[in-house]
Amino acid sequence: MAIRTFIEAIRDTLGEEMRRDDAVIVLGEDVGLKGGVFLATDGLHAEFGDDRVIDTPLSEALIVGASIGASMNGLRPVAEIQFADFIHPAFNQLVSEAARMRYRSNNTFGVPMTIRAPYGGGVHGALYHSQSVEAFYTHVPGLKVVIPSTPYDAKGLLRSAIRDDDPVLFFEHKKMYRSVRGDVPDTDYTVPLGRAAITHAGTQITVIAYGLMAHYALEAADVVAEEGISVEVVDLRTLRPIDKETVLSSVRKTGKCLIVYEDNRFGGYGAEVSAIVAEEAFDYLDGPVTRIAGPDVPGVPYNHVLEDWFMVNPEKIADGIRKLAAY
Amino acid sequence: MAVTQKPTSDLAASVGLTNDDLVEMYRLVARARAVDERMWILNRAGRIPFVISGQGHEGAQVGIAWPLKRHFDWMAPFYRSIATCLTLGMTAQDILMAQYAKATDPSSGGRQMPGHYGHVGHNLLSLSSPVGTQMLHAVGIALAAKVRKTGQVAMTAMGEGSSNQGEVHEGLNFAAIHKLPFILVIENNGYAISVPISKQLATENVADRAAGYGIPGVVVDGSDVLACYKASKEAVDRARRGDGPTLIEAKVIRLTAHSSDDQQTKYRPEEELADLRSHDALPLFRDQLREAGVLTDELEASIAADIKREVDEATEHSESEPDPDPSTAMRWVFAEDWPSETPPAWGFGKSHGLEGHEGDASAAENAVD
Repeated sequence: MAIRTFIEAIRDTLGEEMRRDDAVIVLGEDVGLKGGVFLATDGLHAEFGDDRVIDTPLSEALIVGASIGASMNGLRPVAEIQFADFIHPAFNQLVSEAARMRYRSNNTFGVPMTIRAPYGGGVHGALYHSQSVEAFYTHVPGLKVVIPSTPYDAKGLLRSAIRDDDPVLFFEHKKMYRSVRGDVPDTDYTVPLGRAAITHAGTQITVIAYGLMAHYALEAADVVAEEGISVEVVDLRTLRPIDKETVLSSVRKTGKCLIVYEDNRFGGYGAEVSAIVAEEAFDYLDGPVTRIAGPDVPGVPYNHVLEDWFMVNPEKIADGIRKLAAY
Repeated sequence: MAVTQKPTSDLAASVGLTNDDLVEMYRLVARARAVDERMWILNRAGRIPFVISGQGHEGAQVGIAWPLKRHFDWMAPFYRSIATCLTLGMTAQDILMAQYAKATDPSSGGRQMPGHYGHVGHNLLSLSSPVGTQMLHAVGIALAAKVRKTGQVAMTAMGEGSSNQGEVHEGLNFAAIHKLPFILVIENNGYAISVPISKQLATENVADRAAGYGIPGVVVDGSDVLACYKASKEAVDRARRGDGPTLIEAKVIRLTAHSSDDQQTKYRPEEELADLRSHDALPLFRDQLREAGVLTDELEASIAADIKREVDEATEHSESEPDPDPSTAMRWVFAEDWPSETPPAWGFGKSHGLEGHEGDASAAENAVD
């Protein structure tokens, strides 16, 4: 067992998977000699060379589209989109092509490809280096969407994503890259896609979160515990396919549900979780399904006062918990 | 061989092929036309709701696909690629099954509109409707061929209209940088549905753009099957040698409206439509082969009879095949089933109308829990 940062766990996994399987390649902007702008691919070029660690031109549609093609002809590409904010030019390739390939070909073609992208705010990244883009893709059947919150899960889920036969979007909160550390075993363990984790057991309120917000939810749970409120935190880990069983059984136990996400509130991923809980656990609810989410402005503003205003944090979550607990 | 009088005519020798090759190429052009004409008849007869046609492109498609190694090289086709798909191994029946969208349609099991061909056994990639996206898939296939050192070539085809998509630029740039074994075929028929070439391109040819990527751009007469073959053979050889991509632009004609939902007399001048047949590769290739002594009356008649039988049988077969069962409609979202993907409240009954509703009530109840 070793203590690794979030990004070290990702970097280790990429190298190990490339050693395990010649079919795994890495491509993206600056992933080669520079090792990625966050250093997620640092050292891979030196070990695996030009053929398997490919610096692409600034062409996001190409990065995804060529990964789709390469995955059809025997490779397992792991593409890096430098910031999730820049994935939008590849939307057509992800939504029209990667997501639909297996369905439209009646299972004769599949796309075993992983797209990694750093997302999220709180890092002075402003409108175009802070976005949370998961809801665009969780909406689309045929894409798997993963957002880990710990080095252990990052490694286990990235292994599962790379070995999966379908396209996986793997979003990594950039604020966690160096600030989050944790135990990572030296074994070849995997964390299965589509399984949430209960990271804090409780009885009165279920808080559902993922990524950085899963950490903030834990902090908030500790704060309100001192006030006598018992919170159960569910870290979704995989957003789609969603682990409905874990979500619903927790809500049926606690009777109250707060969903936390950093993305804009309106139409965000938490809206779907809210609908699922309202439809499938209605008889158990003792209060409204509520959300703490990013404000509905077109981006995270740059000035630190404005950024702090935008960002969901443990205090804002704790306030939401208190309000819901009062029902 | 003993019974063949002269296996290689001067014409065949001039392009490095045999008479048998030429006859087979003619058969493919004629088969593609016959299948296509049958599609329109079936559409007008109300048997199939939609047709998108390859008429006028067939000669170029057969000539260009011919140098590819079957089941080894890859092709990312587009919606007019009927002759391409036939050349690489799909049958008349495979093509007609896609028109009828039956459960056993090899392209999509009835999930896609007609024209969206694909066949994993022939390395023919499944295609979508947003045009030009397949460009990047073919480039990625070529990248994998290079990384894995397989010796494969990847080709894609599209119209000149699609060539204006940004993905074409991204793909050509990348393929050229890495000298990928890749060929972009532009089948330029002069129209993007109704928009003429003068409003699509500022240059005379799409192939002129190749210079901007540092790769060869070749313009070829799409009504000349063997000229198309020669251009393609050169590009395939070049790609296989590791010398990088080629852009081939075949000037073809569109003999039909864009699709069965289009009225082309609204935007194409009468004299243009009247003149089209003189650029049709089918009669031109037939005359060329007859003149060279490769095609005789007898052989031509027997090919025509074979094709008519094939197309008749394919039509009958496709008519008789079952529709897909709605109980299969949620399969293959992913490689495996996911219990959390919720089926619709109305279950998997076949009827969607208000009358005679046959929705599976128990499935519906389960779905809403």
